[in-house]
Amino acid sequence: MSDFSLWIIVKNLLWATQWTIILSLIAFIGGGIVGLILLFLRTSQVKWLEVPTKLYIEFFQGTPLLMQLFLFFFGVALFGLEVSPWMAAGLALTLWTSAFLTEIWRGCVEAIPKGQWEASASVAMNYVEQMRYVILPQAMRIAIAPTVGFSVQVIKGTALASIIGFVELTKAGTMINNATFRPFLVYSLVALIYFCLCFPLSWYAKRLEGKLNVAR
Amino acid sequence: MSLVSIRDVRKSYGTVEVLKGVSLEVAKGDVVAIIGRSGSGKSTLLRCINGLETYQSGVILADGIEVGGLQANLRELRRHVGMVFQQFNLFPHLTAAENVMLAPTVVNKTPKKEARELAAEVLAKVGLSEKMDAYPSQLSGGQQQRVAIARSLAMRPKVLLCDEITSALDPELVNEVLRVVEQLAKEGMTLILVTHEMRFARDVGTHLVFMHHGKVHETGKPKEVFAAPRTPELQQFVSGIG
Repeated sequence: MSDFSLWIIVKNLLWATQWTIILSLIAFIGGGIVGLILLFLRTSQVKWLEVPTKLYIEFFQGTPLLMQLFLFFFGVALFGLEVSPWMAAGLALTLWTSAFLTEIWRGCVEAIPKGQWEASASVAMNYVEQMRYVILPQAMRIAIAPTVGFSVQVIKGTALASIIGFVELTKAGTMINNATFRPFLVYSLVALIYFCLCFPLSWYAKRLEGKLNVAR
Repeated sequence: MSLVSIRDVRKSYGTVEVLKGVSLEVAKGDVVAIIGRSGSGKSTLLRCINGLETYQSGVILADGIEVGGLQANLRELRRHVGMVFQQFNLFPHLTAAENVMLAPTVVNKTPKKEARELAAEVLAKVGLSEKMDAYPSQLSGGQQQRVAIARSLAMRPKVLLCDEITSALDPELVNEVLRVVEQLAKEGMTLILVTHEMRFARDVGTHLVFMHHGKVHETGKPKEVFAAPRTPELQQFVSGIG
């Protein structure tokens, strides 16, 4: 019985891994888009745009991701809206990711010398033009490494979606364990799969960082 | 009518007043050299003219547009008022030609091909036809500063502000930049320069402005002012420079 179940376990975990990957991609791409919009607001030097953005970031950075998942899953239901685990997890992770990416990218934007802003302003470019043509192309270079690094946090963050019933890698692990009663084996495999997803990314981020340091 | 008109402008950083009521009129074709000790407010004054710095009171009109006015006006103003900086501030991710083409294409909506011709023209003017496709990091300081001048010229400014544009250069590179500026002056470009190059101020300038403690302390024709400074502060400044 035992060698038969090992294969079943692995197969089921790998099947669930695709949902971890898809949820990570949704969070990362969605968070990237929202984050980019927030970045423009956050660095606009316009008070009434900056302050709400800052509050948004503080909220998502200053509360546990698990709380945010609960808020989206159970909270929205209070308003009579049906929220699937999919929706709640995708939305919460997207917003959570956007808050962190905005802050990472803001640091990169602020690393660009003031002279670049002044030179582009003095040839009559407006804020959006300055960002698009002068600041972001330079900031992106330094943003790549920490952004890739953060994607590891997103992947690990998706594990929390298991708690609201979203079947991804961790949830699949729990379900399989309930059926097989072999927690050490099951969770070791789960951890191994996470590691295989995350390690290449963090390795790549490290390498990018090294490359940029040499270029300077 | 003056091209740039500065009337009783005051500016403070907190409790420190850096401009204490400065007035200055610049007509078309004038080459105004602003000299003075560091901290006398000359760079601040220059940066007020294109709105990089704000001021608390007074009026600055550049090409008829009030600098302290609305955002849209500031954009219009900067299309006609160019600026060159001490640290060049070229865009490092763009080639020399792209640096020059960026504002014409983005701000003035000049078609790419035309902008490229414009870039060729202004880069030739500063003697860098060969370097159109070089990146700033591949250029010497003097060359970078000349690209920065070309970048400003591409907007066809009515007045060019130069903020200590040779101060960051190695001594042997200063002249190539000054020659370009001198040529612009000869062609009738209106220039306002904050400078430490006294010989240049004397030979090329049509007006000299000596700033001291946030005020215009002495002004006049450069040759006359240098030959016979009236105030003891300028006498001291001139003799100190040698």
